[in-house]
Amino acid sequence: MAITITINGKPRAFDVPAEMPLLWLLRDVAQMTGTKFGCAAGLCGACSVLVDGERAFSCQTPAGDAAGKSVTTIEGLAEQPLGKALTTAWDETDVVQCGYCQPGQIVAAAALLKANPRPDDAAIDAGMSGNICRCGTYPRIRAAIKRAAAINAGGKA
Amino acid sequence: MDLTLNASRREMLAGSALLGGALLVPLTACAATGSPGKGGLAANTWLAVTPDGKIALALPKTEMGQGILTAITMIAAEELAVAPEAVQVTIAEGDAARFAPLSQGTGGSTSIREVWQPLREAAAKARAALLQAAATQWKAPVADCVAHDGAVLHKPSGKVLTFAALVPVAAAAPLPKDAPLLSPTEFKVLGKAQRRLDGAAKARGTAEYGIDVIVPGMKFAAIAECPIFGGKLAGLDEAAAKAVPGVDAVIRDDDALMIVAGNTWAARQALIAADPKWDAPPAAKGAQQAAIVGTVAAGLNQPGTVAINADPKVALPAATRTITAEYHQSFLAHATMEPSNCVAQVKDGACEIWTGSQIPSDAREAAAKALGFPLEKVTFHNRLMGGGFGRRLEPDMVVRAVGLARRVPWPVKLTWAREQDMTHDFFRPAYADRFTVGVDAAGRPVSWTHKIAGSSIMARLMGPAFKGVDEDVVDGLNAPLYDGFPRTVTFQQVESSVPTGWWRGVGPLRTAFAVECMVDELANAANIDPIGYRLQLTSDPRARAVLEAVRKQSGWDDKRTPNSGLGVAVIHNWDTYMAAVADVSVGADRQIRINRVTVAVDCGQVVNPSGIRAQIDSGVIFGGSAALWGEITIAGGAVEQSNFHDYRVMRMAECPVIETMIIDSHEKPGGMGEPPCAVIGPALANALHALTGKRVRSLPLQKGFEALA
Repeated sequence: MAITITINGKPRAFDVPAEMPLLWLLRDVAQMTGTKFGCAAGLCGACSVLVDGERAFSCQTPAGDAAGKSVTTIEGLAEQPLGKALTTAWDETDVVQCGYCQPGQIVAAAALLKANPRPDDAAIDAGMSGNICRCGTYPRIRAAIKRAAAINAGGKA
Repeated sequence: MDLTLNASRREMLAGSALLGGALLVPLTACAATGSPGKGGLAANTWLAVTPDGKIALALPKTEMGQGILTAITMIAAEELAVAPEAVQVTIAEGDAARFAPLSQGTGGSTSIREVWQPLREAAAKARAALLQAAATQWKAPVADCVAHDGAVLHKPSGKVLTFAALVPVAAAAPLPKDAPLLSPTEFKVLGKAQRRLDGAAKARGTAEYGIDVIVPGMKFAAIAECPIFGGKLAGLDEAAAKAVPGVDAVIRDDDALMIVAGNTWAARQALIAADPKWDAPPAAKGAQQAAIVGTVAAGLNQPGTVAINADPKVALPAATRTITAEYHQSFLAHATMEPSNCVAQVKDGACEIWTGSQIPSDAREAAAKALGFPLEKVTFHNRLMGGGFGRRLEPDMVVRAVGLARRVPWPVKLTWAREQDMTHDFFRPAYADRFTVGVDAAGRPVSWTHKIAGSSIMARLMGPAFKGVDEDVVDGLNAPLYDGFPRTVTFQQVESSVPTGWWRGVGPLRTAFAVECMVDELANAANIDPIGYRLQLTSDPRARAVLEAVRKQSGWDDKRTPNSGLGVAVIHNWDTYMAAVADVSVGADRQIRINRVTVAVDCGQVVNPSGIRAQIDSGVIFGGSAALWGEITIAGGAVEQSNFHDYRVMRMAECPVIETMIIDSHEKPGGMGEPPCAVIGPALANALHALTGKRVRSLPLQKGFEALA
């Protein structure tokens, strides 16, 4: 059964079981490896994508549930204005270390800023605590989200 | 002189050309034009100026997040007078011979300390060769020539020759035997915050980690390893596994089951369907947490081997009081964000491997040994790592993957599920430490006996060749900060079925926790301020400076706010001095919370201050997670934890404010990856005592605190 999902603006058809998690569809079938495997249990956020603009753990999202929907991965987000604001802020704050969790962090931050364009520390804590970073980039992620919010609002960081 | 950078063509073809956009170009780009870099200027076997005047650097160490790619590139850029962004740096293949006498092994905060001098010397020689080539062309004194921005400038006339123009002449002459190094006053790159060179690609999802490698025709595999250490695969439902659509092969090892399929999910589903059964000898099945840690603690009652002998020449007054304390530290998993994985292909008597290793030379050798292949038949393409922390010093995932790949006709990517990764780690060993310290009337030590019991990682790694006392066990105790009293340290090796390995902070992670908590207890017993007490015990000016710095910055001498306890620790390891003050509180739910951590570091000459601050954030959070919550426990011979729901790690909302002060220094550069991870644990335990009056002597602290409360 072909499942059609719009990925980063392009409709694509996949012949996969409906219950296959979107994570593996993206990584192994579509060969888009920016979305990371971390836990396959919805615990770490490394696999975060946007589904119709909302943050989703792709490891917990069956491909069938994404059928007919619009999925934005880090590769697509990085080309959008909000994604560019975030990646620029990430660069300027020198956030990444190993970097493995960062695509998921940036996707989560995009969802946060869509819902709350000027998040305070408490909102950042609430919006970002579904994402684990083992390298401990949290202080710089916090600063980068504030910088991205400023960039996205048209102001200077 | 030919360019002797010998990265293979295959690296270029299969590799990560898009790793960092324009920033990171594989060295093999210069090999693509014909004979490998013919006409380039080789500074050594891993640093060259290419015929087009670019600096080409094969990274002699591995990048797992610690920022070494950026730091090493900065060192090369400084001596060769280019911007770090202009250096073409690539992640090197596993190749011990190419980098000898340097080891590709990346751990123990050794990278900058080992690479600093040879890299600067090689780069300075290449610079001198370029300057000489320009001077010859201009018939000018070499002293009138300076390297600047990829070119040589003739100062009196303002004439410029690019490196590209000079390389043919410079490469035709022998490299100078030695050349002057830049002095710190000339540094333009070192000591200035440099944005990471791999940051942009990582943030945009285009950086390639081992787990992201895709080889044409590749299949995907999942693995279940025997949950019981020392057990075997006893049975499976092979028909059910093969009935899962997309399954290509079911592969059995003695102690593991692997399924090869068209995608990872199908392989994982087939593993579930296979429902593997395991068996183990009664002793293996019977291993239980309480018995294991009990046996470790009982090791303290053995005589042990003397590691450090009290100096009999030191004559001190008799003790007026003896203080004893015993500390216990838990098993820990590494839980790297990128689970264990490896891509391998075995074909026509040769093997290619793609994964991220902290020691790719050894991983390559382990694969060759496992396959019975000559070393030159094994190519190891190293990749960025989604965390290492010591886990990727072990080649077990590589050995497993090549064993799989030799039995199937495809290249195969083997990915461990998080649950498999967490339960088949090489764990930070559980340790026990007992101190018996005699103090004089002023509360100062006059005798010090420290007994240690636990696993020896070196004994496992070295096998029968191992002799004497494991250096890792006493790392941090041989050159103690606190002087003026004799000490005796003994070690009793105690092993269990739990495999143990290097974990970030290594030996001093354990010794600093024990010693810095004990010193705090002595300060408390003497009723002396813990920082003041440490200052009394150490005459080392660099140690005193970091202590004074955190004392000031943390507000140590201010009136304490309610529900705030401050604790201190100081270490000197890896050529780095570091002190930390942790500020903790305890909630109504009895949960320990870290509010703020103040760190002062003297790591000698600073390479990248942004990297240093990042490593301190990192070590405080990674080490703080472990100290508060980290614990792997064993039941029925198997690890009980499996994923992030029961192996708690710090999240954004739990992250403290972290303030870092870097002491200005031109001493030789020290390590930065390990120290903050080692210093934070005792600072937290000491803060908890300051706040609650409860001395938690076992890790993890939250569990130990609840047991005392």
